[in-house]
Amino acid sequence: MKATGPAALIELHGLTKTYGVGEAAFEALKGIDLTIQAGEFVAIMGPSGSGKSTLMNILGCLDTPTAGTYHYQGIPVEALNTDERSLLRRYALGFVFQGFNLLARTSSLDNVELPLLYRGVTRKDRHERAVAALTSVGLPTKLRSTPAELSGGQQQRVAIARAIVTEPSTLFADEPTGNLDSITTGEVMELLTRLNQDRGITVLVVTHDDHVATFARRTILIKDGRIESDVVRSAPKLIS
Amino acid sequence: MIANAFFIAVREIGRNLTRAFLTVLGIFIGVAAIITMVTLGQGATLAVKAQISNLGNNLLTLRPGAGFGSRTSSAGVPHFTEKDATAIGEQIAGIAAAAPVRTASLSTIYLQNARLSAITGTTPAYFQINKWKTAEGRTFNDADLRSGAAVCVIGNTVRKELFGHDNPIGARIRIGKASCEVIGLLIAKGQAGMGDQDDTIIMPLSTLQRRLIGKISAHDINQISISAQDSVDSGALISEITLLMRQRRNLQRNQDNNFNIFDTRQIAETLGATTQLMTMLLAAVAGVSLLVGGIGIMNIMLVSVTERTREIGIRLAIGATGNEVLLQFLVEAVTLSCVGGILGILLALGLCAGLASIIQVPFNFNVQINVIAFLFAAAVGVVFGYTPARRAARLNPIDALRHE
Repeated sequence: MKATGPAALIELHGLTKTYGVGEAAFEALKGIDLTIQAGEFVAIMGPSGSGKSTLMNILGCLDTPTAGTYHYQGIPVEALNTDERSLLRRYALGFVFQGFNLLARTSSLDNVELPLLYRGVTRKDRHERAVAALTSVGLPTKLRSTPAELSGGQQQRVAIARAIVTEPSTLFADEPTGNLDSITTGEVMELLTRLNQDRGITVLVVTHDDHVATFARRTILIKDGRIESDVVRSAPKLIS
Repeated sequence: MIANAFFIAVREIGRNLTRAFLTVLGIFIGVAAIITMVTLGQGATLAVKAQISNLGNNLLTLRPGAGFGSRTSSAGVPHFTEKDATAIGEQIAGIAAAAPVRTASLSTIYLQNARLSAITGTTPAYFQINKWKTAEGRTFNDADLRSGAAVCVIGNTVRKELFGHDNPIGARIRIGKASCEVIGLLIAKGQAGMGDQDDTIIMPLSTLQRRLIGKISAHDINQISISAQDSVDSGALISEITLLMRQRRNLQRNQDNNFNIFDTRQIAETLGATTQLMTMLLAAVAGVSLLVGGIGIMNIMLVSVTERTREIGIRLAIGATGNEVLLQFLVEAVTLSCVGGILGILLALGLCAGLASIIQVPFNFNVQINVIAFLFAAAVGVVFGYTPARRAARLNPIDALRHE
């Protein structure tokens, strides 16, 4: 599902998100206008409570906006029902979370196969593609390991393998290195960069770590629910 | 989609064997308990009913004394006469037969074996009234009664104790001071509420009176066995017999009855109702155990709800629809409930078969209670397994993922 036609990959207009009602209402996003083209590598930064994760969750169809419009490849996402949003996630989006969110007591292979299972991929195909994905993140020897038997960096790589095994058009990563040390952080970010450069997957990373942001070509800074700055660097970090 | 959900569900059960085991255990014990208790309870009810129907149909027994639990004892109260029995048989409509009974306890000897046996002297009608049939030989007839023939019919317990493996028919046993030929062996009836029915020797009343104990007075009849015709109301018969006997015994208006009438049909109904009540009580106890099992299942489900809510969040995030997740949870719950239910039924069958032979009640397989227990268990499992999942699957994926 690559972008076809003139529509941008992601297009937001006046997007708001309010939690609670009445006096206790809290506006996490106060009108976001944003356009992201296919193939970009975007870092979304901001202090905690700025609304960056909320924005990411809405972009990833894990959460719904209060007002405003969101078009993904020209599709008006706010008009989709719950099941249609599930299908959009199934066929177009991949997720990497700070807390990994792998199924407990489940082998790497089964975790990575899971999204393919919901796509109705045959058993043999599932296995081959999951092995390939785990190999591409450098874990060909950990197919049978459960999350409890893996280090944090390895778990996050399993999660990345699960996110890319369906060949999504966009990969969302919410603080993907938040639970990792600096060396593993570098490894995980290089992996994401390579996916962006080699496979053309659009990558959105939410982070508060400046070092992580240097991997991205475009950095969007969010403060108090608004976009504070949107900078595109001319020379993206290259992986040798 | 269904095959997929089944595949995922079975794999998810396999990954959480402890949880699966505890869920199955709750259902298993509940189902086994309720089926076992109800089945055995019904077996006991049947056993009681069978024993009572062995006593004789529509059987009324007339005895001296005011009856069970009365202040006046039967001591000193005149017994009946043979004419009383004849009068009841001839004067009251709806009576099939009435037999006078004279009982005695006498030593009986055959070769080296001796024992004290209960001897019943009566008329041939007694066999029909009390539903006695011979396994071998014959019962005595009117000619034997008229002549006072030295013949007797023995019960199975007497045969075992006196004859062992020998054939009793045609043998002569010594009863008290007279010798007596065994002409018949009765079909065993087994234990009843009032003791071993098969420990009996039945002979013509005239033989007992003339040869064994002598006739002391006309009032030597201990009881009169009466059978009513089918479809006759025993209540009406009892009041007619009471009226007749009061006349024959010259009781004044202000005098209480000095005899009582024992109605087996009433006893049967009372005992049947009692055992039925016991069965219901057992079923209630078993129902509580099923409920406790259900609460156990609910606990397991609630404890695991955080983990499972996150699991649901993960599945939704990677593209499962709410219905796909729910179907998986439904299949899991149904599978575990059915496994628990089937294991429970199997255990119950084993327990019932074993216990039925130990406590000597018939093993009566009741399809209904098996189906009810199984369905109830399945419902408990499905409701408690499925309801938490339903709530989680309706959340936004991000809320399910963040569930603490």
